[in-house]
Amino acid sequence: MTSDNRLGPHSEITLRVNGKPHTLLVDHRRVLLDLLREDLGLTGSKKGCDHGQCGACTVLADGRRVNSCLLLAVTLDGSEVTTIEGLSGDGEEPHPLQRAFLERDAFQCGYCTPGQICSAVGMLAEAAAGHPSHVTDPAEPSGRPVPLDRTEIRERLSGNLCRCGAYPRIVDAVEDVIR
Amino acid sequence: MPPTDPTPQVAGGGPSGDDPLVPGALPAEDVAAGWTEAAGAGGSARTAPPSEAPGARAVRTYEEPAPRTGAALGAAAGRREGREKVSGAARYAGEHHLSGRVYGWPVPAGIARGRVTGVDTSAALALPGVLAVLTPGDAPRLAEPDDATLALLQNPRVPHRGWCVALAVAETPESARDAARAVRVTYAREPHDAGLRPDHPDAYEPEEANGGQPGRLELGDPAAAFAAAPVRVDTAYRVPPLHNHPMEPHTTTADWDGDRLTVYTSSQGGTTVRSVLAGLFRLPEEQITVIAEHVGGGFGSKGTPRPDVVLAAMAARRTGRPVTVAFPRRHLPTTVGHRAPTLHRLRLGATPDGRLIALLHEVTTHTSRVKEFVEQAAVPSRVMYAAPHLLSTHTVVPLDVPTPSWMRAPGEAPGMYALESAMDELAGALGLDPVELRIRNEPERDPGTGSPFSSRHLVECLREGARRFGWDRRDPRPGTRADGPLLLGTGVAAATYPVMVSPSTATATALPDGTFVVRVNASDIGTGARTVLAQVAADALHVPLDRVRTEVGRTDLPPAPLAGGSSGTASWGWAVHEACTDLAARLAALTGPLPTEGIETRADTTGRADADTPYARHAFGAHFAEVAVDTVTGETRVRRLLGVYAAGRILNARTARSQFVGGMTMGLGMALTEGSTLDRPFGDFTEADLASYHVPAHADVPDIEADWIEEDDPHLNPMGSKGIGEIGIVGTAAAIGNAVHHATGIRFRDLPLTPDRILGALLREG
Repeated sequence: MTSDNRLGPHSEITLRVNGKPHTLLVDHRRVLLDLLREDLGLTGSKKGCDHGQCGACTVLADGRRVNSCLLLAVTLDGSEVTTIEGLSGDGEEPHPLQRAFLERDAFQCGYCTPGQICSAVGMLAEAAAGHPSHVTDPAEPSGRPVPLDRTEIRERLSGNLCRCGAYPRIVDAVEDVIR
Repeated sequence: MPPTDPTPQVAGGGPSGDDPLVPGALPAEDVAAGWTEAAGAGGSARTAPPSEAPGARAVRTYEEPAPRTGAALGAAAGRREGREKVSGAARYAGEHHLSGRVYGWPVPAGIARGRVTGVDTSAALALPGVLAVLTPGDAPRLAEPDDATLALLQNPRVPHRGWCVALAVAETPESARDAARAVRVTYAREPHDAGLRPDHPDAYEPEEANGGQPGRLELGDPAAAFAAAPVRVDTAYRVPPLHNHPMEPHTTTADWDGDRLTVYTSSQGGTTVRSVLAGLFRLPEEQITVIAEHVGGGFGSKGTPRPDVVLAAMAARRTGRPVTVAFPRRHLPTTVGHRAPTLHRLRLGATPDGRLIALLHEVTTHTSRVKEFVEQAAVPSRVMYAAPHLLSTHTVVPLDVPTPSWMRAPGEAPGMYALESAMDELAGALGLDPVELRIRNEPERDPGTGSPFSSRHLVECLREGARRFGWDRRDPRPGTRADGPLLLGTGVAAATYPVMVSPSTATATALPDGTFVVRVNASDIGTGARTVLAQVAADALHVPLDRVRTEVGRTDLPPAPLAGGSSGTASWGWAVHEACTDLAARLAALTGPLPTEGIETRADTTGRADADTPYARHAFGAHFAEVAVDTVTGETRVRRLLGVYAAGRILNARTARSQFVGGMTMGLGMALTEGSTLDRPFGDFTEADLASYHVPAHADVPDIEADWIEEDDPHLNPMGSKGIGEIGIVGTAAAIGNAVHHATGIRFRDLPLTPDRILGALLREG
């Protein structure tokens, strides 16, 4: 993209995004979200609040879901980032969550959708790794995969707001994938 | 006749009970390797889960209304733009990387009233990458707009805190933000007043409220009738300011090419954006192109042009570069409109057997000093119940506050919260079941106008909802059901929303390859306009759905009204229906092959869509809620939520259900989590961002069931549809509030029902 992003103090970083390496000079003020959207043209990650309050910018950094609006790009040298555009690999086959969102009509305006899907991918991995949530039964053995019922899914996706109110359908879609 | 598929895949199939769940065939553009099955929503409705009980996992099929014979309409066709949205390919207004594009960042006024005496831009302009700072003194001069909120940077006046007083433009968003922060604005302050109260000396009764309704309606002698009524409820409710907060902040990318202007903007109505820009910039409309291909929600706040599009166009004019202005989230509450706070006084007088004698609904609200906007919250009381003596009035107080505007179901949402809560109080006073009370007051004709209803099935919605919800098992006594520390309760409220429709144009084209293109500058803000308009077209053309392509979201398409007032599909669909009906007739008369350019027909529904009707036309519905109130924390959680609607013919079962559920979700937020505060000393909103203004999150929202009864209304439009985008929010908050009363025995009259309010009352009264 054309934006000159070296107006302030800047540093060179290299990161992989959706499997492709990029070496960029980044303004120290630039967050990962703006690097994706403005420098790499990956506008699938959305800017809803720019303050980590809505989750629309959620991507996977080194396999973990993150609010990309809160991460300064300069701190991510060497990171591996996956965005909504990279979830389906070569793009020929949709990710099962993308397919499930379509099948369940789990969105309306679509603006929160990439974040919801990336968040769900990260969430499923967290549960599989045994991370408890606020609603996990404390008696569950630690370190073992946490079974995800609808209450668990809702709790774990609560960082991703949807103003159109597609929540019940989003939970349906996630359930479809874990069944 | 146009070519037809011998084995049409159109949903609904034949008349003899073919599976009505098979969705429409795939849009051609979605037929791609790997994505095909998903994109078409194939079989999805079959495996849709139940939503009547939390946690239930049994699979049931949706009970779709049976589509009419051979009809695409009614089918659960999948969204045509769905693949783009789930893959991240859908481009919204700020995502057009035009060559040389730069960024604008607004500077909000730091005082509540006064004027700008100076703007020192030197520090901002000294920053690297900063191109310009537009100020009230030097911004491009605009023609005077009809909508005074768009007279941006035209004079030094500051009508409220947050009003835009400068715009910084820079090469990157970061530099623009830093530049905006470096702009030094000096002001001459004046005393301001941001306090709404009914006895405010500046309060007046407006001639009209929003929607063109008279500010006052009085029938009979309501005060005397109320005074003489055997059973009386005299109560008051308050709805706080509310914010639309669509997930996509208001954003525009503007690009000038000589005297031609192109804007990519997040708008619910591009045709109006073009005409407003043409006026402001004194350009012929032909030189302006407005593109709103995907819009990240609006809920009324993008219904007319907002400051982003004007600022972006001015900044692009000044700098000669394409400019994106994306309002920061925290700027939205003061910038794009809000639902004005409403103070309601309700007086209901009834006979001992529950027949209303008098209904008095008096609303006080605020507007800004910029323009008059009156939330028409007393209007639904003119439609709902058979009260021979009726008073419905509005009083408005102009204050030094941001300008209110449309938010989903303006008028109906707060008004029905108050009326339907008061009806619940009346049911309690009468010892009458609240469903029965409403049925007993079903009017023969529209109470406000005396006109016959084109159709009205509120009673059927109440009965069907009660049946599904298990209402007959309800113990009416409040405060008697506990589950450990939880108090449980159920509540009901009615819903209504007027049928609106506006003239639109559209074209339909038959192409030699057997496909059809429908063009209309509709806006798809998440409703699925592309999809439902293709369904309208397919039915009118008698062709399979997959033969029809829809083009929407650009002003080089035939002009169309906005997506608002729940009128979009009716307005656009009417024109599409006419164009396609005409085209089908042309094709039927055609001898020989189609010309290579195809055949195009054009429709303009002016004179029909806006014709006077002898009927009162409204959609109705009923909401049922079950809540659990935690006596330890004061938290209210909704366990079940059911909406049953009578909204004419439902044109797409899948997207309609999503809209109903979405409206109910926003109603849940209105009831429990959403509340904004006008900070009197500062004159703006305390809850300015999504960390403080709580829109419902996943964990707040249970499984929500929305369904409808079939309604055949010949007095609407060729599709027989009423609007569905707003009615879901109407009455939902009352149903939840009534359930909280049923659970706790305490009547709460201020929204939202947050734990502090609930716990305080439980401690005082419990």
